Amino acid sequence: MEQFELAEVVERYLTGEMGPEEKHAFEEMRKNNPELDQTVVEYHFFLEQMGRYGEIRRFKSNLYDTHQTLQESGEIKELQLTAGTRIVNMWNKYRRVVAVAASIAGITALFISGMMTIFNPKTPFRDIEELRRKVSNLEKQSSNQRAEFNKFKTKIAPGSDVKFGGTSFMIDPKGYLVTSAHVLKGAKKIYVQSIQGEDFLAEIVHQDANSDIAFIKINDQDFESPKQLPYGFTRIQTDLSEAVYTLGFPKDEIVYNEGYLSARTGLEGDTMSCQITITANPGNSGGPIFNKNGEVIGILNARQASANGVVFATKSKNIFQLIETLKQRDKDINIKLRNTSSIKGINRAQQVKKVQDHVYMVKVILG
Amino acid sequence: MAITDQELGVFKSIGNNDKAAIEAVYKENYSLIQYFVTNNNGTEDDARDIFQEAMMVLYEKSRLPGFELTCQIRTYLYSVCRRLWLKKLQHSRRIETKVENFDQIVQVEEDIEEHDKLNLQYQTMRTAMGKIGEPCKSLIEAFYVHRKNMLEIAGFFGYTNADNAKNQKYKCLVRLKKLFFAQYKNA
Repeated sequence: MEQFELAEVVERYLTGEMGPEEKHAFEEMRKNNPELDQTVVEYHFFLEQMGRYGEIRRFKSNLYDTHQTLQESGEIKELQLTAGTRIVNMWNKYRRVVAVAASIAGITALFISGMMTIFNPKTPFRDIEELRRKVSNLEKQSSNQRAEFNKFKTKIAPGSDVKFGGTSFMIDPKGYLVTSAHVLKGAKKIYVQSIQGEDFLAEIVHQDANSDIAFIKINDQDFESPKQLPYGFTRIQTDLSEAVYTLGFPKDEIVYNEGYLSARTGLEGDTMSCQITITANPGNSGGPIFNKNGEVIGILNARQASANGVVFATKSKNIFQLIETLKQRDKDINIKLRNTSSIKGINRAQQVKKVQDHVYMVKVILG
Repeated sequence: MAITDQELGVFKSIGNNDKAAIEAVYKENYSLIQYFVTNNNGTEDDARDIFQEAMMVLYEKSRLPGFELTCQIRTYLYSVCRRLWLKKLQHSRRIETKVENFDQIVQVEEDIEEHDKLNLQYQTMRTAMGKIGEPCKSLIEAFYVHRKNMLEIAGFFGYTNADNAKNQKYKCLVRLKKLFFAQYKNA
């Protein structure tokens, strides 16, 4: 009997799937064959461990999900406290004074804000719209059909639903991609899809909510890393009015759009991002913004809800910085950004042709 | 304080990996632990890790046939977290002052030792799983973690029928068993 056939028989025996006759015969065999007996004992322990491993994984994933949901619904909050013991002591000492002061301040603040809401015209609470995309069932079907047409089997398990989508692009040929952190919100599993329709399993390397940047890495044996990326990254401030273009997945197919840099800062003067006048829709989040030389100047991440064509992008500078801090923390991370672009000087259509292979759709499975 | 039937119900449900129960316990207790950890030289991430580990201890206890809850879940979780956090602080020598104590605690030392033992076994399997490679890893996870049946697995991994998938699964299992025991003997 082959090893793996034996494994099957033993598992059937241990899980009680054997009929009475077969079981009897097996037990006889076990009695007369100490080697088999030993194997059964080993498997018993091993399968028990395997079962426990599965249980713990399921429990952990439930814990993780709960944490995410409660955090999203605001029922648990980050405290943002870095208080040491000294501050705690001070707190204990002055608790009463602080309480009185705080209530006075609180009442005053409430009063003022009450007045404000009464006398002020109503403004929208959050004037920004993150551009991740909700994926409908119909699109999922058509996407699967296209993938099959291109002879790629979708790797996404039939049970799991792709809930959100966005765009990502390669920053290092070793399989590192960058996207917007909000695209991955609540993600349990991530797949990225190439323009040919092939899915690759990816994992989150790091996400930074502050700059809205996330690094993911393709972790899939079918993935063949390219030799070199055609585009580079620039830290230099782009000039106002300079032409830019982006590629992204607001629908199930790659979409090109062009525009210009309209302001050096983002929403409410945010210096980490810049403002671009371009057409962008849900699904464009995480897409690269290229200048005319084919250098990445930023990552598209949001649009102003109350205005037309006002789109924001996180500047490339932030990618450089985030990589630096990551490297300090984890020596294994070896992301290198190219500084020069090899598509400089060729016309736009040719640039896009070269670039599009490295832009991937992000498919987020919430679990 | 007396333990209500409702509390016991929640405790049992935790052992059954019940989402509603986990959420209830989470809501009820997370901020306390978060406050405790962040006020004792810990970060938000530390708080989450410690709390989730304590939840694992609670889960293991709940699955133990003979175990009886003798205090409120809140007290138990707090005591476990306190102990775990102290251990972690001592381990990293971050401890400078005495850890603040602002609630009643119960003895949990043995429970945590038991948990460490179980955790070691879990880690052993995890390491073995990390070494087995694809497609074995996904295949075994699909069956034992995500509890998919062989037919679903066959469809997902592109096997022509469930029997082929099953053969592949057992081939993977034989390899994993070898890796597991090699790891287990080292541990």
